[in-house]
Amino acid sequence: MNPITPKQLALLEKLCNACAVSGDEGEVREIVLEEVKPFADEVKVDALGNVLVTKKGSGKNRLRVMLDAHMDEVGFILVSDDGEGLYGFQTVGGIDPRHLPGKPVLVGKDHAYGVIGMKPIHLAEDDEYKRKPSVDSLRIDLSPSGSAKPGDWGTFATKFKHVGPSILAKAIDDRIGVATLIELVKHAPPNIDLLAAFTVQEEVGLRGAKVAAYTFIPDLAIAIDSTPAYDLPVHDGSENHSYNTKLGLGPAIYIYNSATIDDSRLVRFLKETAETEGIPYQIRQPGGGGTDAGAIQRARAGVPVVSVSVPGRYAHSPIGLCRVDDWKHTLRLLYSSLEHMTPEMLKDNS
Amino acid sequence: MTDILPFFKSLLSIPGLSGYESPVARLIEDAWRPLVDELSPSRLGSVHGFKKGVGKEPRPSVMLAAHMDAIGLMVTGVEDGFLRITSIGGVDPRILPGQAVTVHTAKEDLPGVVVMPPAKHLPPGVGDGVVDIPHLFVDVGLLPSKVASLVRSGNLVSFGTEAVEMPGGIVSGHSIDNRASVAAVTLCLQELQSKSHNWDVWAAATVQEEIDYVGAYTSAFQLRPDLGIAVDTTFAKGPGANGWQTFPLGKGPTFGHGPNIHPYLHRQFKELAERLEIPYAVEIMPKSSGTDGMAMQVTAEGIPNFVLSIPIRYMHTPVEMAALKDIQRAGRLLAEFIAGLESDFMEKITWED
Repeated sequence: MNPITPKQLALLEKLCNACAVSGDEGEVREIVLEEVKPFADEVKVDALGNVLVTKKGSGKNRLRVMLDAHMDEVGFILVSDDGEGLYGFQTVGGIDPRHLPGKPVLVGKDHAYGVIGMKPIHLAEDDEYKRKPSVDSLRIDLSPSGSAKPGDWGTFATKFKHVGPSILAKAIDDRIGVATLIELVKHAPPNIDLLAAFTVQEEVGLRGAKVAAYTFIPDLAIAIDSTPAYDLPVHDGSENHSYNTKLGLGPAIYIYNSATIDDSRLVRFLKETAETEGIPYQIRQPGGGGTDAGAIQRARAGVPVVSVSVPGRYAHSPIGLCRVDDWKHTLRLLYSSLEHMTPEMLKDNS
Repeated sequence: MTDILPFFKSLLSIPGLSGYESPVARLIEDAWRPLVDELSPSRLGSVHGFKKGVGKEPRPSVMLAAHMDAIGLMVTGVEDGFLRITSIGGVDPRILPGQAVTVHTAKEDLPGVVVMPPAKHLPPGVGDGVVDIPHLFVDVGLLPSKVASLVRSGNLVSFGTEAVEMPGGIVSGHSIDNRASVAAVTLCLQELQSKSHNWDVWAAATVQEEIDYVGAYTSAFQLRPDLGIAVDTTFAKGPGANGWQTFPLGKGPTFGHGPNIHPYLHRQFKELAERLEIPYAVEIMPKSSGTDGMAMQVTAEGIPNFVLSIPIRYMHTPVEMAALKDIQRAGRLLAEFIAGLESDFMEKITWED
C-alpha cells in the first residue's frame, strides 16, 4: 500500500479538529456518514448513535469481521452558569486536571472560543502554586458577553498540525482509528463481510461497542485505537522499561490488558501477516488500559477479539502526537490481514 | 481613534521574551515611526520615541514606560529528542503541561508541546502533584537526530496560543502583559497627532521589566524625564481572583495609589478621568507597584511617578484576557493628560492636597 496521501491526511485533520465528546458524537458521525455512504451496502445509525456499516464480500465462506473505532473523545461538559460568561464544568473521560489550566477550549455547536484560566501566580497564597488544581475550582471563560448553557460540551481548542514525521493534534485517540476504518471500508477486500462499527461512548465505558457487537453478530472483531507511547527519558537516565509502546516501531498489537486477553489465534495471525508482508509492528506491553474489544468480546456467546493501535504520545491531553509512518503501517497491517482471513484461522486454538 | 485591534493582535503574535525583545521592538518601531519626531534604541534595546512639544525651551518632558518583554521559556538541554526547559520571568508551572509552544531555533520556528512525564518516570513523589519545570520536557515531533541538529541550549520558547477576539471586544492570548500597554501608548501617540502639547514626550517600550525593570532604570536615566508614567497591566476580577487587588474587566483602567506614586499625579488623573467621564478604579499599591514605575521613581535625583494599569484576567498565563475598551481608555487618558500639561506644571506639583 502507498504512503499516506494528502487526501487521507486532510480527512484525519478534519476528524481531529471536529468536536465530539462522549455523548455528543454528532460532528464525527456526520463526517463518517458522508465518507462511507458511497462505498457501503448498508449504513445505519443505531439507538446509541453508533454508525454501523456493512460491506459485503463476494467469495464463499466469508467471515463476518467486525472492525471497531470509537468516534468519541475526552472533553468537558458545562455544569453551571456563574454569569459574566463564566461556566463551571466537569471532565468527560479521563483527563488529568493538571492539563486544564491556561488552555483554550471550544464550546458548543458553534465552537465558541473560551479559555480555562488560572488565578495569577502573583496572587497565589503560600504554596498554592504547588498544589494540583481541582476541576471544581476552575471555570471556562467565554468572555463577559459570551454565552453557552449548562449541558453544552467542549474540547481543547487544538488545531491539527503535520510537522515533519509527526501529527500534533487533539483526539488522535481515536480519530486515527476512525480515519483508518473509513479507508478500510473504502477498500474492503472481497473475501470477508466487513462490519464497520464507528462507536460512541468508548471513553466513558465502552458503551457503543457493546451494542454494536450484539447487532453485528461477528465471527471475530478487531478494535482499532490509539494507545499511549510513554517512550520518554527516565529522570535518572536509566533505561525506560515501562513505555507501553514506542513511536516509530509500527502498529501496536495487544496481547493482554485490563479489558481483555486478546485472542491468541488472532494475535498470531496478525504477527504472521506482518512478518510475511514485511510490515513493522510492536507488541504493546502487557498491562492496564483497554479498548472497545473488552466489550465486544463479551457480546452474545462471545467474540474472538484483538486490538491494534497506532501508538500516540500524550493521549487525553490538549495536544497528542503520533507518527504518520506508524499510521501507514497500521493501515497496511490491517488491510493485509483482512485480505488473507479465512475461517480456518479460527480453528486452531492451541 | 483608529482601530487598535489589528496592531494589538500582531503585538500578541510576535516573540519578544525578556532579553530578546528585538522582534517586537521592530514591530513597535514601525508603528511609532510616523507618530514621533525621532526614534532611537536605548543601549539595552528599549525603543524610545520622541515627540516634541510646542512649549518654550527648556521644555519639560514626560516619559511613558510600557514594557514590551514577555515571559516564556528557554531550552536548557536536549535529551534523546526531548527539550529540557527553564522559565524566563514568572511562569506558573501549573499552566505548562500540555501547553502549545513555539521553539525559536537559529534556522526555524518549531511548534511543540510541553510534556508532563508520567509519574513512573519521575523521582518518587514528584509526579503526584504539580510537576516543577525542571522535570518537564518540550516535544517538537521531530526525530532525535533532527532535533539535535536544530535545537541548542539557550533557544527561546514562546507560548503558542493565538491572539483571539472574543465577544464584547475582549482579546485573549499570551503576552497581553504588557503588550496591551504598548497598544495604549501607541493610541496615545496617535491622539497626540491632532493635539497641541507644550511638553516633550518620550514613549518608551522598555526591555526586561519581567526580570527587574532593567529597561526602565536605564531608559529613565538616559532620558531624564521630569515625570514618569508606567503603563502596565493589573489583575482583573475572575475565577479565583476577587480580592482587593482585583478590578472589573472592561470597566476602566486603574490609578495606582501608594508609595510608588506621586499623590499630585494621582489627583490629576482622577480629576481628568472625571472630567472626561472615563471610568477608573483606584488601585492601592501598599509596597511595590511591581511596574517600571519602581525604577523610574528612584532614577537619578528621583522622578515623580504615576502608574496607570489595564486590568487583565489570568495574568502570566497563555490565555490572558483584556478589554479593548480599557486599552482605548488608557490611551485617551494618557493623551489628554499630556495635552493638559502646562509649562509650569512642575512648579505646581505639591505633596499636600
